[in-house]
Amino acid sequence: MTTQDVVWRITLIAILLIAAAFLYVVARSGVPAEYKEVQKKAYGIRRWFFWVLVLLGIGTAYATLVRFPIPDQHGGSAGAQVVNAVGRQWSWELSADRFTVGVPVEFRVTASDVNHGFGIYDRRNRLIAQTQAMPGFTNRLVHTFAESGKYRVLCLEYCGLVHHNMVTEFEVTAVPQGAKS
Amino acid sequence: MSVLHRPNETLPRRERIVLNLYAITGLVVLILMMLGGAAMRMAQGTWIELPPDLFYQIMTAHGAAMVGIAGLTSSAVMWYFLRQYVRLSTGIFLANYLLFMLGAVLILGSIFILHYGGAWTFLYPLPVKSNGMWSVNAAAGYMLGLIAIGVGFLLFYLDATLAILRVYGNLGRALGLQWLFSGDIDKSHPPTVVASTMVIIANSLGTLCGAVVLVLCLVNAYVPAFELNALLTKNMIYFFGHVFINASIYMGVIAVYELLPRYSGRPWGVSRPFLWAWAASTVMVIIVYPHHLLMDFVMPPWMLVMGQIISFTSGLPVLAVTAYGALTNVHRSGIRWTMPAKLLLLSMFGWAAGVIPAIIDAVISVNSVMHNTLWVPGHFHFYLLLGLWPMLFGFMYHVIRVRADEPDSAVDRVGFPVYLVGGLVFAGMLLAAGQASVPRRWAVHLPEWLPYAPAASIGAVMLILATILFALRIGNGLLRAPGVGNAVGAAH
Repeated sequence: MTTQDVVWRITLIAILLIAAAFLYVVARSGVPAEYKEVQKKAYGIRRWFFWVLVLLGIGTAYATLVRFPIPDQHGGSAGAQVVNAVGRQWSWELSADRFTVGVPVEFRVTASDVNHGFGIYDRRNRLIAQTQAMPGFTNRLVHTFAESGKYRVLCLEYCGLVHHNMVTEFEVTAVPQGAKS
Repeated sequence: MSVLHRPNETLPRRERIVLNLYAITGLVVLILMMLGGAAMRMAQGTWIELPPDLFYQIMTAHGAAMVGIAGLTSSAVMWYFLRQYVRLSTGIFLANYLLFMLGAVLILGSIFILHYGGAWTFLYPLPVKSNGMWSVNAAAGYMLGLIAIGVGFLLFYLDATLAILRVYGNLGRALGLQWLFSGDIDKSHPPTVVASTMVIIANSLGTLCGAVVLVLCLVNAYVPAFELNALLTKNMIYFFGHVFINASIYMGVIAVYELLPRYSGRPWGVSRPFLWAWAASTVMVIIVYPHHLLMDFVMPPWMLVMGQIISFTSGLPVLAVTAYGALTNVHRSGIRWTMPAKLLLLSMFGWAAGVIPAIIDAVISVNSVMHNTLWVPGHFHFYLLLGLWPMLFGFMYHVIRVRADEPDSAVDRVGFPVYLVGGLVFAGMLLAAGQASVPRRWAVHLPEWLPYAPAASIGAVMLILATILFALRIGNGLLRAPGVGNAVGAAH
């Protein structure tokens, strides 16, 4: 299951729970009761609700940040395949376009004119990683490909009237390039 | 029984005309920009053909105008209620409107006459590096338009600040900070004053920051040697944009605090959790903006961590205080579900539910596969279409309502469910497309992305039809008998 699938399910469940709370209140709104009683009960539940949300937040923050998801921008990746990626209106320039499964690839992403978005899509058209391509800065994106095949880079930051044509491809192979021959 | 329309809400003729200008302009611009939005989705779904340059021009106008008109119409809600507690200048309020219209003319002229298509975000240096697609003058016209609108809002906030200071002495007392830890809370302290104070603190900073970055960009446009730092300008632009659109919601929610209790027949005053929520929100809305820059890896890591964590904590006041408070206020109240009450409660659902995909997207590891996909417009269309605009429609329906026992018209009974379903379909299809990795701001969609746009287009058509029905009812009511009723008791 991809991150997107998990996120989609969590979102749907949370929205449905909120909708259910609203529908319940609307359904019961025609049965009058003393406001003080309603408040006493509701505020008691709210205390629990609040602390559940706080614990959820702490747990989520810990689980998602304990290993910081963005690579150290000043470090290097030992044994990584390094590729320079430059975005310009409206094309990508990659210094290499063949990589090996299971070996980290370090994309050094920048732009020569305006802001672009460096989004890597797999063969199922799923976005698997991205970073911004910005003039004057280099973002270091490290990704280890788990599957061989053709990947595409789509521009994910609006960069002008031909933005949607800013696509390039690279290939990931199961064995290191050169090992075949 | 509670009074639906307070005696001091009967506006003198001049004030009534100004309110009508705001409300009717808001509805007209909303519908026009909805048509633009629907055209874009239909083009992505290949129902109609739009040349990419026109698509991106419409996209630029849609983004700028929707954010602007949300702010303008929400400011009418703040003005309408805040003026009941402090003395606001109608002249300044009118000046805000006129500067907005001047800005709108400049923006629309730069887009549709001079072909500017740099998106509302005017991310440096795109406005001046269009690869020959538009001129520097076109970009300058757009930016001058935004500056004119910003100056109008700053004038309005300055007037509101002075008016609040005259009554409450300082902004901290207006926010109720003196009651955060101890003391007997003055239950008559108006939530409107608390919310308005938060808005003028946060959005004065936001709008000022926007004005500064726009002036810097303008100087750069004509003096290219005056180069800017792309990362710094991006920070400033997203700080401005984030605060501005959130301030619109915080102005709009004043309608819920003021009106829902009147329809439920139950008070909804300030409490310690309420004051804590607004004090915390004042800080959080200012410092949360780095969640727009999570994919700018060169940002200081602490700012990105702050963006993720504050995004989550920002949701707590919405979910646990405002939406929960609204549900408590309505639960077993015997409320009569007329249009204002229905719309105001819908707005609470839309806001609360809409923050869920937003909070999740602010998790850095999620953002790396969701950022700048249609997930992003999915969540903000959710809470703007089903959160903010129902607040504003509810307010307008209240203003035109003369009698408490006035039943909803057949038009309203049809319009409300059509709007609700249309909004859910439209925002839901954006979210669904986002989870399928469809990028945002693409004029042309790949064949495998096609099913989402036609489904969203159906939702868009429903939204537009319902909004036209609302606008006809509200427009007619505003021009006929705006807010003159002395109606009593909706509940019990």
